[in-house]
Amino acid sequence: MASPAGLLEQARAAVHAAGDLAQLDAVRVKYLGRKGLITAELKGLGKLPVEERAAAGREVNRVKQAVVERISARREQLEAARTEAELANRIDVTLPGRGQPVGGLHPVTRTLRRIVDIFAAAGFGVRNGPEVEDDYHNFTALNIPENHPARALHDTFYLDSGHVLRTHTSPVQIRAMRSEGAPIRIIVPGRVYRRDYDQTHSPMFTQVEGLAVDTDISFANLKSVLYEFVSSFFEREVELRFRPSYFPFTEPSAEVDIRSESGKWLEILGCGMVHPNVLRHVDVDPEKYTGYAFGMGVERLAMLRYGVGDLRRFFESDLRFIGQFR
Amino acid sequence: MRIDIQWLGEMLQRDLDPEQTAEQLTLGGLEVESLRLSGAEAGGGPAVDGVVLDFDITPNRGDCFSVLGIAREVSALDGTRMEPPAVSQVSATVEDTFPVTLDARAACPRFAGRVIRNIRPGCRSPEWMRVRLERAGLRALHPVVDVTNYVMLELGQPLHGYDLNALSGGISVRFAGDGEALTLLDGDSVTLQPDVLVIADDSGAIGLAGIMGGQGTAVSDTTREVFLESAFFSPESIAGRARRFGLHTDASLRFERGVDPVNQRRAIERATALLMDISGGEPGPVVEAVATNELPARRPVPLRLDRLNSILGTRLAPGDVESQLDLLHIAAARENGGWSVVAPDFRFDLRIEEDLVEEVGRMTGYDNIPVVAERSPRHVGPSTESMVSEERIADTLCSRGYSEVVTYGFVDEGLADKVSPGANHVRLTNPLSKEMGVMRHSLWPGLLLAAQHNRSRQQARLRLFEIGAQFARGDDGVRESRVLAGLALGAHRPEHWEGGGRDADFFDVKSDVEAILALAGRAADATFDRADHPALAGGQCARVMLGETGVGWLGVLHPRLRGGMGWKRPAILFAMQLERTCRARIPRYSEYSKFPSLRRDIAVVVDDDVSADRLLKCVRRATGGVLNDVIIFDIFRGKGIDSGRKSVALGLILQDRSRTLTDTEADRIVTSTTRRLERELGATIRE
Repeated sequence: MASPAGLLEQARAAVHAAGDLAQLDAVRVKYLGRKGLITAELKGLGKLPVEERAAAGREVNRVKQAVVERISARREQLEAARTEAELANRIDVTLPGRGQPVGGLHPVTRTLRRIVDIFAAAGFGVRNGPEVEDDYHNFTALNIPENHPARALHDTFYLDSGHVLRTHTSPVQIRAMRSEGAPIRIIVPGRVYRRDYDQTHSPMFTQVEGLAVDTDISFANLKSVLYEFVSSFFEREVELRFRPSYFPFTEPSAEVDIRSESGKWLEILGCGMVHPNVLRHVDVDPEKYTGYAFGMGVERLAMLRYGVGDLRRFFESDLRFIGQFR
Repeated sequence: MRIDIQWLGEMLQRDLDPEQTAEQLTLGGLEVESLRLSGAEAGGGPAVDGVVLDFDITPNRGDCFSVLGIAREVSALDGTRMEPPAVSQVSATVEDTFPVTLDARAACPRFAGRVIRNIRPGCRSPEWMRVRLERAGLRALHPVVDVTNYVMLELGQPLHGYDLNALSGGISVRFAGDGEALTLLDGDSVTLQPDVLVIADDSGAIGLAGIMGGQGTAVSDTTREVFLESAFFSPESIAGRARRFGLHTDASLRFERGVDPVNQRRAIERATALLMDISGGEPGPVVEAVATNELPARRPVPLRLDRLNSILGTRLAPGDVESQLDLLHIAAARENGGWSVVAPDFRFDLRIEEDLVEEVGRMTGYDNIPVVAERSPRHVGPSTESMVSEERIADTLCSRGYSEVVTYGFVDEGLADKVSPGANHVRLTNPLSKEMGVMRHSLWPGLLLAAQHNRSRQQARLRLFEIGAQFARGDDGVRESRVLAGLALGAHRPEHWEGGGRDADFFDVKSDVEAILALAGRAADATFDRADHPALAGGQCARVMLGETGVGWLGVLHPRLRGGMGWKRPAILFAMQLERTCRARIPRYSEYSKFPSLRRDIAVVVDDDVSADRLLKCVRRATGGVLNDVIIFDIFRGKGIDSGRKSVALGLILQDRSRTLTDTEADRIVTSTTRRLERELGATIRE
């Protein structure tokens, strides 16, 4: 058996020779482990004569301490070296990342969400309705009787007798007031259809209808909610112009123009005070309640917001178009 | 409607500034769509330049389809009340008349007629008249036609001139017999129904009342004797009839909306005077057939000041209201805190209080109505944790690489049939084109066309989705449902510097579908059952199930359809019914185990047709509550495995809720699991 001093020498050499942390740990086990050489020395102390034990014990412990320190120092050295080596690995951070690129929402959806969010914050609930409507909800209940000239304006798509593709989301007004009564504050987003196709007309487009019915609702309130909406939507103070117009389901009726940044007036929506006949159709007393309604084309707003010139772009599914609205 | 601004100025007896007039009328509710410079554009037309106002007049304002009507509005908006210009009577120089009887007195309560003899044939309307007609978009023709058109534009009363010698017996205004035939001025023959009002003589129908005259009695270059008609037809008796015959005439436009019922004599006098200036002639007396009781009655409408102010949100004084009504020729008599109001004859749109409120609002100027925020409503709507929103679904797909498209609700029936053979399509009766003929039964045709559009524009790799309605014909009408559908085509990832661009396959897209199911907390409830769909390849197609209910489809596009699109690489499609898919599970917390888990791996060899789902179900039944998870980490066919069989490597994660599992217990669980797999699935265990 080697002397403690000899063990220390051996251990020092082994620690020094350990080239990585695994080798160093093997050295630790060899000398300091449960069955290690130095551990054995310590265990062997008991066999020594009593008078030698103290001195031998001090010596072995000194050696053990020294080996522990050597190992610890070497570990730090090796860890530092390993860290150095890791840091030496340099990558080209300008190479493209890996994985799925993100897709994107359609600009109509993007615009619709903003409209809905703005009105939701103002206390309007969202309602939906069917795209295939019956004649009653699309026309009659909205004060557009058979043979009314306004029916011709709508360029309706017909299914079988009595059913049409809704020409506006206004029928949902009727459905909602029927089931919920007054007071009510709702907006109705959805697809609508008109038999028309050119640069500014699409046979399908998206509309948001708004309705507020309560005691004491006035045209002045309607102006207020639309001013707030338009300023919020365009994120700037926008000049509006209200022009008298005609819709069978509102009286008085108005069209609203906004002043574009170039100074031109651009029509953005139609609105008015809910016609008493419409309220009567849904058993709301027009003497007790008044209301306003408005309807806007979502594509129209998206065109103004994002500078799109041709309505047909929205429905071509071309990723060179859609990809610009991520 | 287009009118020459000089004509309007002449009626108002002053010069008008085009821009200012257009703005004033537009803000007053008569939208001037454009101001055109005439002369230059109408090559070969009028030599003199002039400004034409092009109006978009709303259907309620039948009274504004004339120079007179517009002039009245300009005056009122200016703050002056305009009286109609005086029209002098033309004295009769012959006694001739032509008999007229009113046989549909409610539909035609007034018919003024006049015979004019001996007009000179071959005359031409004067240049000033031709210019005004052409600027209004009408072609100058025969002087009789030009004069009737001119008076219609000027006074709003459509007139018709007949060749007197072509008329037989007398004129009767009546409803058509069922199936009665008539050849119109434009040469078309129409078959009539009993709700169509006609002008008839002893030979039968000679014109569609208020819409278009007949060919047989029209004036021609040789006409010397004329009978002029200036009638009032009720809007109800004309509305919709022109459209039924595919017609839209200047006369029907006006009669449908309502012409002034006391203007007939004025119009016929004006026309007589103009015609005599051009062609001479000897007028007979104006003969009027009238059903006085049937003329539109202008009933008094009550108007309350407080109601008016509460609808508009204004504080108008009684005097303001009265002066505005007066400018519009609306008579208002004070009556308990408001007025009893009578509309002028020429207005058909002032029937209820709200109509009058609009008139006052319009005259006040909408821009002068204040802006007042309403009392803020306090209403908390239902929160929707139990429904996954379409927004979250769309966002999830976007972050997984999909782009949203919006395609038409109608599709080509041929393509629809290929995707959904045998479907009972919801058909449009008047589609824009065959390619837009039926309502979509599936969102896939739209996605396929969207993909094809982009493929032919050098987009090799596509991930598309749409959320929208699809339509099916059910027993009780059209069934409409909200659907999410998606398509993946091309490499599973974009081309990368590491390479490895294999095509996207079923399992790539399955993870997208699973991600959507996970939004509702339903990923673990969903199963994918082998099934067949006509649009998908037989062996690579699954029905997505939530419990016993099918909620969607996932699969590889059928090679036949793929070939039809001209694609070589596989496309993966999915579709999910949103009504079911969006119903979310509200999380219910259960205490997790604090004890360590153990993993045991086993490899079993089973027949090829034993699905992963059966294997996993069997493992779950065998292990019971201590199975925390099970992972399929390898599937191997080939060397060492019998043909027709496959080796599946499973990692079982075992964990008890109440204590640490011992190795012995874990081994026992594995043994009982393998025994069960052997017994139930014919598995052999690979060591």
